[in-house]
Amino acid sequence: MQVELTVNGQQRSDEVEPRLLLVHYLREVCGLRAANVGCDTTSCGACTVLLNGTSVKSCTVLAVQASGQQVTTAEGLAADDGLHPVQAAFRQEHGLQCGFCTPGMVMAAVGLLSENPDPTEAEVREGLEGNFCRCTGYHNIVRAVLAAAKAARDEQAEVGA
Amino acid sequence: MIPAPFDYVAAESTTHALDLLGSLGEDAKLLAGGHSLLPMMKLRLAAPSVLVDIGRLTELTGIRAEGDEIVIGAATPHAMLATSELVRADAPLLAHSAGRVGDPQIRHRGTIGGSLAHADPAADLPMALVALGGSVDVLGRDGTRRVAAGDFFTGFFETSLEPDELIAAVRVPRRPGAGWGYQKFVRRANDWAIVGVAAIDGRIALANMGPTPLRARAAEQALAGGASVADAAELAAEGTEPGEDVHADRDYRRHLARVLVRRALEQRT
Repeated sequence: MQVELTVNGQQRSDEVEPRLLLVHYLREVCGLRAANVGCDTTSCGACTVLLNGTSVKSCTVLAVQASGQQVTTAEGLAADDGLHPVQAAFRQEHGLQCGFCTPGMVMAAVGLLSENPDPTEAEVREGLEGNFCRCTGYHNIVRAVLAAAKAARDEQAEVGA
Repeated sequence: MIPAPFDYVAAESTTHALDLLGSLGEDAKLLAGGHSLLPMMKLRLAAPSVLVDIGRLTELTGIRAEGDEIVIGAATPHAMLATSELVRADAPLLAHSAGRVGDPQIRHRGTIGGSLAHADPAADLPMALVALGGSVDVLGRDGTRRVAAGDFFTGFFETSLEPDELIAAVRVPRRPGAGWGYQKFVRRANDWAIVGVAAIDGRIALANMGPTPLRARAAEQALAGGASVADAAELAAEGTEPGEDVHADRDYRRHLARVLVRRALEQRT
């Protein structure tokens, strides 16, 4: 059946099987490979994308359920070759090792900060409980999210001043 | 993992959804957030021939006060329930319970009606509804019937819902001052409870201590009779026949029930 989605700001219309998962739609139909299929059981969060601005696990959403809505993947976070502030903070704080969980982790962090722009460390850890990282021990990831939050607040203050 | 093929229909209204269920029969399944159904379909534990999507029906989404009850639309996601000021003020146990389901991404998609209809005995919201003494508005083609939480769950992943019915709304009593406690024993952050306990005033509900969420009646009766929290909690597993799995055998689950009931009762303020 036909789905109409806005993916990273671009309107698309595609013919899909109803059983096509959103993550497979993004990877195989749209050619966007940032969202990874990790556990494939709604646990690990490697497939996290934003659906109308809130984080979801795209292995447990059908493409047809997303029809008429807006999807953002890690590819769509920043304009051109730049980095989104959360991506920049992950690089700055070395919030990754192998990188497999990173696109999902970044999208979950962007979603978290949109709901809570000034989280405590505990709130960051709880807010990312749907994303598994088997390399880092999470410490630098948490640091990166806190740094991104602080950078956004500093920028706000500068704009306001 | 990819589900078996199925047809998909986005319902335009609850009436449309009921008509579809009536004409399609038992092969059709309702889809809301899909966070119980789609994982089952991916594992091929479920293979409905048609999915009727009610997840975007605004008439099924939202939270409102109605007299001394809070009425929650069946397609209301857990995140909305967990952050609702009305629910946090007047049914804080329910808001807390919704905030303990899975993880943030799951709470953005999963719905209260879906969780109750799925009827996993280890899940948060069925236990919370039983503790609160809530009820479910079940909509069929002949109208609405109201089912008390205790009558709704009939067996392991089974409810009193007929194949051509849907959950329209969930009702819980408003009890802003009631003391409550909530305990959930898990091995991993976003797991189901190995054993869960929800207590409000003198009512105690258990998760994963049997095929449905259960009341800890012996402990409740002891409390009502003036027993101490510690003595009442010793009776928490009376009459239960919990299952066994890789996480816990029967004796360990009974031990957890006694410890967690004591902690939940001590949490009440």
